[in-house]
Amino acid sequence: MEPSRQRSLGGWRDYGRGKWGLPAIAPTPGLGALAALAMIFATIAALWWAPTEKTMGDVQRLFYFHMPSAWIALGPAFTCVFGFSIAYLAKRSLKWDRYAAAAAEIGVIFTTITLITGPLWAKPVWGVYWTWEPRLTTTLILWFIYVGYLLLRWVAPPGHKRARLVAVYGIVGWIDVPIVFLAIWLWRTVHPRLLGSGGFNIDPAMLRVLLLCLGAFTLLFLYLLFVRVRMMETSARLDALTAAHEEGEGR
Amino acid sequence: MSTALRQAWTIARKDLRCELRAASGIITMVLLGFLVVLVFSFSLDPGTRDSALARSGVLWAAFLFPGLIAVGRSFEGEKEVQCLEGLLLCPVERTVIYLGKLISSAILALASGFLVLIFFTVLYNVGIGLPWLALLGVIVLVALGLSAVGTLSAAITVSVRARGALLTIIVLPLLVPLLIAAARCSVSLLGQDPWGGLSFWPIMMVAFDVIFLAVGVAIFDFVVE
Repeated sequence: MEPSRQRSLGGWRDYGRGKWGLPAIAPTPGLGALAALAMIFATIAALWWAPTEKTMGDVQRLFYFHMPSAWIALGPAFTCVFGFSIAYLAKRSLKWDRYAAAAAEIGVIFTTITLITGPLWAKPVWGVYWTWEPRLTTTLILWFIYVGYLLLRWVAPPGHKRARLVAVYGIVGWIDVPIVFLAIWLWRTVHPRLLGSGGFNIDPAMLRVLLLCLGAFTLLFLYLLFVRVRMMETSARLDALTAAHEEGEGR
Repeated sequence: MSTALRQAWTIARKDLRCELRAASGIITMVLLGFLVVLVFSFSLDPGTRDSALARSGVLWAAFLFPGLIAVGRSFEGEKEVQCLEGLLLCPVERTVIYLGKLISSAILALASGFLVLIFFTVLYNVGIGLPWLALLGVIVLVALGLSAVGTLSAAITVSVRARGALLTIIVLPLLVPLLIAAARCSVSLLGQDPWGGLSFWPIMMVAFDVIFLAVGVAIFDFVVE
């Protein structure tokens, strides 16, 4: 392809080839290696190093993955969707749209992990899979809101219009989160709670493992975010090249 | 401001006139609400049918089906006859279009909600009195909140395929706080002590309506550029 043609596609960075001639998919190999190492350590720590909980037993080890997943989804991931949506509406660069989409996808995956590990842990400990506790219920509703976000993205034709529409939904959805939590919290505190909050004083050894897991999951989140954005950029670039090629053949 | 409201009312009146002239839409909505009341009744034994909890569930399910159709129709109709561009070319602020659509769908949702409430009152032997009027007030607040969120979402989904089901999926999770508050109010109003369990829930509904009305007005410009 001539250079002039490439320029006319507008703004696409050519990643070319990475080290050893492999396609440069991984944007930050250093971060990737770090995240992988941290996750391996986190797994070992959660399964072997952490002391076994006295009453709950080994099932409590789910906590080391459950809580960091919830933190990633409800903390950085969905806040990023909100922030990047505002950034898109302010700057009108599809880059921010891709970041918002990637953060939403990762957020939905980690919310799903939270919602699966939660009941698995609760059944042997509380005797039930589910209780209408504010944090649980809010997490479930957040899952619905952001699956809706992804669905909207999925069915709308790509481009600036889609970016604009989903950005609006990303902002409105985020504003709804504290109101949802408040409503459920008021609803459940007016009624007698069937179960205790499940809070426990954490052992220092457990806390160390938990912090390690939180760090590992945060690294994993950042790495997944960059990889997913790179994938979307590559995919958009491929679409643009295909369109340019077809246009060229038509002439 | 009064000019804006007058312009919004003109748009709302146009929509309502269209709906009245092609009455099949409204009739379908209301019948759907009636059918939900009916179908739910089969799952309830005569004993549980009288409990305020069961009745509230039936009432809000029956209200939501036609209500969601009402908010979907506000932009659907424009799209079908290619009038959306015309509407956007109107020499009014975009916010006015949002308010107009909000008013028309709120009135539609309220009208169908009112008819559903009457059908429900007859089938479930609900006593008519001050609590019943208060229940109507709760329906007004839900219709407003539903339209504030729904009109914005309908404008988002209007250019998308499979918009009907998608609209429901993106609106309902956002409405959760409003629905919790509405259900708490109706459980109280339909129960033995109508005013006892209301506490802060009506305020919560008003707050939800005000917040999402403000969000809608602020952000609608970005939806229909």
